[in-house]
Amino acid sequence: MTQRNVVEAINNALAEEMESDPRVMVLGLDVGKLGGVFRTTSGLVQRFGVDRVVDTPLAEASIIGASLGLALAGMVPVAEIQFLGFTAQGFHQLGPQLGKYRQRSRGRYHCQVTIRAPFGGGIRSPEFHSDAIEAQFVQSPGIKIVMPSNPYDAKGLLMEAIRDPDPVLYCEPDRLYRAGRSEVPDGAYTVPFGKAAVVRQGKDVTLVAWSAAVELCLRAAEQLADEGVSATVLDLRTLVPLDVETLCGEVVKTGRCVIVHEAPLSAGFGAEISATLMEEVFYDLDAPVARVGAFDVPFPAASLEDHYLPSLKRVLAAVRRTMQS
Amino acid sequence: MARGRAALSKNGPVQERRSVLRADGTIAAGAKSRMEEELLLDALRWMMKSRLYDQRVIALQRQGQFGVFSPGMGQEASIIGSAMAVDPARDWMVPQYRELMATVHHGLPLEVITAQYLGKIAPGRIPDGVRVLPTQVSIAAQLPQATGLAWGLRLRGQDSVVITYIGDGGSSEGDFHEALNLAGVVKAPIVFFLQNNQWAISTSRRVQSATKSFALRAAGYGFEGVEVDGNDVMAVYDAACDAVERARSGGGPSLIEAVTYRMSFHNTTDNPSRYQDPKEFEEARTRDPIERVQKYLATFGLWDPKREAAWIEEIREENERALEHAMGAAAPQPEDVFANVYQEPPPRVLRQRAELVDGGGG
Repeated sequence: MTQRNVVEAINNALAEEMESDPRVMVLGLDVGKLGGVFRTTSGLVQRFGVDRVVDTPLAEASIIGASLGLALAGMVPVAEIQFLGFTAQGFHQLGPQLGKYRQRSRGRYHCQVTIRAPFGGGIRSPEFHSDAIEAQFVQSPGIKIVMPSNPYDAKGLLMEAIRDPDPVLYCEPDRLYRAGRSEVPDGAYTVPFGKAAVVRQGKDVTLVAWSAAVELCLRAAEQLADEGVSATVLDLRTLVPLDVETLCGEVVKTGRCVIVHEAPLSAGFGAEISATLMEEVFYDLDAPVARVGAFDVPFPAASLEDHYLPSLKRVLAAVRRTMQS
Repeated sequence: MARGRAALSKNGPVQERRSVLRADGTIAAGAKSRMEEELLLDALRWMMKSRLYDQRVIALQRQGQFGVFSPGMGQEASIIGSAMAVDPARDWMVPQYRELMATVHHGLPLEVITAQYLGKIAPGRIPDGVRVLPTQVSIAAQLPQATGLAWGLRLRGQDSVVITYIGDGGSSEGDFHEALNLAGVVKAPIVFFLQNNQWAISTSRRVQSATKSFALRAAGYGFEGVEVDGNDVMAVYDAACDAVERARSGGGPSLIEAVTYRMSFHNTTDNPSRYQDPKEFEEARTRDPIERVQKYLATFGLWDPKREAAWIEEIREENERALEHAMGAAAPQPEDVFANVYQEPPPRVLRQRAELVDGGGG
């Protein structure tokens, strides 16, 4: 066992997959000598060479579109989009193209492509860098959407993504990249998609989150415990596929649910979870499902981001309201 | 002139246009082609097959028996001359949608591509071993993919070349720039074949770009651009062969602009009388790519009305067999909505599938 943070876990997963499968290659902006703007690909070009760790021109559509073509040629590309917000300039190659290619070719072709992209607020990054737009991709069937929240999952989910025969969008919580180290095994292991993790078991309320919001929910749960409220924290890990069974099971156990995400509230993925709970477990609920998201305004200047993002205070307030129902 | 070269004039850069077989069926002074009689007869047969198929499908569409269709009429020399330059056994073809007969030449059975147009699912699947990607209606989206494919084939150590198609309208898309730029940087073994048919639906080529020649753009990406008479199958074939050889020998990408004319509508929903000058269309007809080959071959005694009638009958039968085969192929079932999306569909999708199937088709 080795202690690794999220950056090191991702780097380790990439290195091990490139070591074991010569078809795996990494491409994107500044992924070579610089090792990526967050250093997730550090050391890979020295180890695997410039044919397999490729600094590409600054053009998102061709990074994603070329990855599709590389996969058809028999490579296994892992493309890095520097920030999730920048996928806007390549969205047509991601949702409409990667997501539909198997269907459009009537099954003749499939795209074993992983698109990695950091996202989320909290690190005072410039405009367009922080947008939590994961729900936009949920409306593009054919793509799996993976949202790791900790070092162990970061490695295991990335290995699963690289090996998945279908395209995967793997969103990295930049705020948690270096938040701390925990045990991450050496060697290959995978974390399956569609299996939510109960990261804290409680009995009064279930907090549902993914990516960096899981850490926020864990802090909330700590504080709630001091107030005598016992909270479950459920980490969805993947939005597509969605683990409806665990979601519903953990909400039924407590009868109360608060969903927390960094995306703007309206039509965020929390709306999908809330609707799912209405359909599946309405009669087991003791209180209305609550949501805490970012506000329905564009991501503001970094100087304002703490007021925009879901805060501990807002999560606690939502839980307290829910407990009073 | 045999070679297309870019040069600077006082009016800005200009591009010479390669030409061998002129519109009147004579050979341009001093021009020579790799395409000799036997190959030319083969090209003519494919061009006629393309036009006869288009005419038949348009008739079927007017009778309500075929969906929206974009014919390649007028562009047969570009479509066939380019396809003849690549090797179906090792090279890949990445089409847009107006070069159907190029994909058939590359090994995609006519009944399969026809079945796709008819909305068939399994019968429309490109057979294993056929190196053709699906037609692409999202304009220019195929270009970065083609670049990636060519790049990947080289990384995999194969001596394959990719030919991909785009139009004058498609060249305005961002993907055109991104794909050509990346291809130049990684020296991808690829041929970008741009059919400048003067129209993007109703938008004329003049509105599309201020450049005098789309081929000139290649210089900005660090590789060769060639402009060719796109109605001259000999010149198209020569230019494409040069580009394929360059790609195969490690010389990287090429851009070929085939200057042609869309002698039909954008697709079966279009009405060019709303925007097209009939005089321009009539003038384009005098440059027909098929007639010029027939005139040329007639001077050698290789073409006459009897032979033409025999070929037309033979090709019509061939096309009809493919059409009947495609029309008779299995119709899709409701559950095919869920086919070929994921290797392992998420549980939620499986549940939706069961709902459709067990619920009696919704």
